[in-house]
Amino acid sequence: MIGDAWLNYRMRWKRRRLLLRIWRKRKQLKCVADKTSQIAPNAILAFSTVRNEMLRLPHFLEYYRKLGVAHFLFVDNASDDGTAEYLAAQPDVSVWVADASYKLSRFGMDWLGWLQWQFGHGHWCLTVDADELLVYPYCDSRDLHALTRHLDEQSIPAFGAVMLDMYPKGPTISASYKAGDDPISVIPWFDSHGYRHKRHAVFDNHWIQGGVRDRMFFSEQPDRAPTLNKTPLVKWHWRNVYVTSTHHMLPRRLNRVFDWPEQDLLTGALLHTKFLPDIGIRSSEELDRKQHFENSALYGQYYEQLMTGPDLWTDASVMYMGWQQLETLGLMSQGSWS
Amino acid sequence: MTFGVVMLVHAEFDRAEQVIRHWVGGGCPVVVHVDSNVDVDAYGGFARSLADLETVQFCQRFRCEWGMWGLVEATQAASEMMLRNFPEVSHVFLASGSCLPLRPVSELRAFLSNRPKTDFIESATTADVPWTVGGLDRERFTLRFPFSWKSRRKLFDRYVRLQQVLRVKRRIPAGLVPHMGSQWWCLTRHTLGAILNDPKRRTYDRYFRRVWIPDESYFQTLARLHAKRIQSRSLTLSKFDFQGKPHIFYNDHAEILRRSECFVARKIWPNAGLLYRVFPRQPDSQLTDAKPNTGKVDRIFGRALERRTRGRPGLYMQSRFPNVARANGITAVPFSVMQGFDCLFPNFEKWLSGQTGAQVHGHIYAKDKAHFAGDAPIFSGALSDSAVLRDYNAAGFLTNLVWNARDTHQCIMFGPDDTQSIRWLLAHDTNARVWVITGAWSIPLFLSGKPAGKVRAEAARLQRIEHKLLKVLRAPDAHARIQICTLADFLENPRAILQEVVDEIAGHKAKEVSTLPEMADLTGLAEFLQELKNQGMHPFLTGDILADAEKRPPPTSEPKSYVVGHK
Repeated sequence: MIGDAWLNYRMRWKRRRLLLRIWRKRKQLKCVADKTSQIAPNAILAFSTVRNEMLRLPHFLEYYRKLGVAHFLFVDNASDDGTAEYLAAQPDVSVWVADASYKLSRFGMDWLGWLQWQFGHGHWCLTVDADELLVYPYCDSRDLHALTRHLDEQSIPAFGAVMLDMYPKGPTISASYKAGDDPISVIPWFDSHGYRHKRHAVFDNHWIQGGVRDRMFFSEQPDRAPTLNKTPLVKWHWRNVYVTSTHHMLPRRLNRVFDWPEQDLLTGALLHTKFLPDIGIRSSEELDRKQHFENSALYGQYYEQLMTGPDLWTDASVMYMGWQQLETLGLMSQGSWS
Repeated sequence: MTFGVVMLVHAEFDRAEQVIRHWVGGGCPVVVHVDSNVDVDAYGGFARSLADLETVQFCQRFRCEWGMWGLVEATQAASEMMLRNFPEVSHVFLASGSCLPLRPVSELRAFLSNRPKTDFIESATTADVPWTVGGLDRERFTLRFPFSWKSRRKLFDRYVRLQQVLRVKRRIPAGLVPHMGSQWWCLTRHTLGAILNDPKRRTYDRYFRRVWIPDESYFQTLARLHAKRIQSRSLTLSKFDFQGKPHIFYNDHAEILRRSECFVARKIWPNAGLLYRVFPRQPDSQLTDAKPNTGKVDRIFGRALERRTRGRPGLYMQSRFPNVARANGITAVPFSVMQGFDCLFPNFEKWLSGQTGAQVHGHIYAKDKAHFAGDAPIFSGALSDSAVLRDYNAAGFLTNLVWNARDTHQCIMFGPDDTQSIRWLLAHDTNARVWVITGAWSIPLFLSGKPAGKVRAEAARLQRIEHKLLKVLRAPDAHARIQICTLADFLENPRAILQEVVDEIAGHKAKEVSTLPEMADLTGLAEFLQELKNQGMHPFLTGDILADAEKRPPPTSEPKSYVVGHK
């Protein structure tokens, strides 16, 4: 009891500290295109930090527009391939640029936090990277408005999704992909099983690790393997903050995207298109920038392996066939939504 | 002769207008009630959009909040207006703005005019049918509910609790038997008129004003007083989830809605353009008399309900991470764990999979790596054989393995030299079948040919570990099917025990065991064990192995009489 209260108290202060930090870092953002006056009261907003994503953005925008995202808010972190200009030219996109350190901004979360604080309150906010495509039960016939309305009616403020690393058959750098195509048609394979689950002691959420990166690169240090649980879709309140990427949130109740003890809650999946053919170049760049996650040194070896474009495919890999398949495999659930 | 529609609207006015035009186009007058929470502009716009229709009227507005009296007041006012202003109306159909007629109005009219004296209202006594969600069924009628459940939840709960503690009970007005059912009904002019003009209506209204969710009980109860013939069902198809909230129908439900042949469905997702385009369907002479059949819809939503409340046993995922001790089955399907068999029989795995068709793995918890069947490096569903990954979450590894390959029975070999952290799971999972030959670990030590003095420490270690496992397996709360026998007992009659193993795994498909697997040569085992004892290390788990055990006629001699179907 006392331990709980103490933890709650500490977490409240941690949240306030993060909000303060977000507020202090607001000056790092420079607005390039501000179309936020378009935002209607019930609009669904998407937030994303990007860097050199010209390969993925055309499909990304098209995909989420179709799902019902009304306005995109991007932070461009020093791209040199024309990403910022491309985004600024879109009718429904507002763009800010930030040249400061990605790592010091908590991997973009400080910047996005400031945008969410200003524009997100009262909206359903989707926070995804350019290489993440959200799928959820019935996503082929029902848009995000239907989904969020259902969540509203159940008084559920956050929607959880597991990241699935998609990869091609054969070496990762040899697949061919051009901007605007559906990336899933190029890298349709994923690991259907082999995910570990734990309860996170501090954030009270479901900590999921596993999948192909765990199998290929972290078998010696499973505790360092990438975290796969995310909470990308949240009914935003100005008090909310993301802690590390979109894995953990404060207040902690937003992390309870699973039901205790044994009921199915509606969940989705994020198809992670990291392993498109540009993975080799991106990895060497990451290696130079040393901007990734708490332990850049640890990730050195990982990026070196990725640069060689290894073949991630095995007999046990599964080809993506749609949300029904993920539901049957038990990677996501339709909960009470039918 | 026609029927009239009373429609309660509070949002999505475009869709409501579209549906009102359907009703009017089919020749039905409509009385609309708009929630008084709706602002003047929206109301004005909506009223203007329908101004061209003569048989659409708007009644006095009330504040409608879920579960509160306002909904009944609104229905009463609209119904009175309908009966007063449209004398040709013989039935009144209550609908909401998110109801969508699935069949042409003419078919519903034909259906009703064939049953001129029948009231369609779902109405069940609370005494007999425990339907309600949330525990308040009888108490809905005996407590007072002045506070809104939606907006003043705390106050609502406290006031209920207070009345329960004080044992306050309201008197139900004489003559009323509380009934409940779907809010959406279709009543005859006779019954509805009798309810609205009842001389005791003021008493009833005063009573129901403080009943919880009166819109599900007011008409349902009073119809029982006045109706000539009640069909206790609603003509409106609606499904509710486990919390009592209505399911919404989307475009992908078009097919099941069409096949249901119900007259009206709710709630419809306002953006479901397809549904609003294809329904109501065109009149079809073959289907004019089709009876509503909700079997398919019930099955689909029933499955969702079941899964939402029970989960899928053995599946661990982001939306389902049960408290293991309370879960309904830790793993998904039965699986077998065998300790000691492979020490005795070098080719046991191959033999067992031949006898039963099960998938037989080696020691998947071995220290070096997970030995999957056929020594595959990766098992179904990309489960890696890395020992580090496995031990990082040993129990999760097993539940994953069983879930991934749940279409075949999985057998794994286990031993005291393996990672032991799944002990607790093995003992408590009702799906686990655990077979242990205690002391079988002594056989590899014996076969290694080393003198007893050298292997003494190792033997003591293995015995200690196995003893711990046995303690867990023998605990009173161990729910797995557990069979433990000593090495000595097993050697007495291996055939009987192996037959049991095969029966258990293969179930009704099990055959009588014909050939036994080849046993390791145990000549000299008894002396070896005696030597261990002489060194001060008593291998008490092996049982008493007689010096001549290996000399006795091989136990393959007489198959025990085997009763078919003894299970």
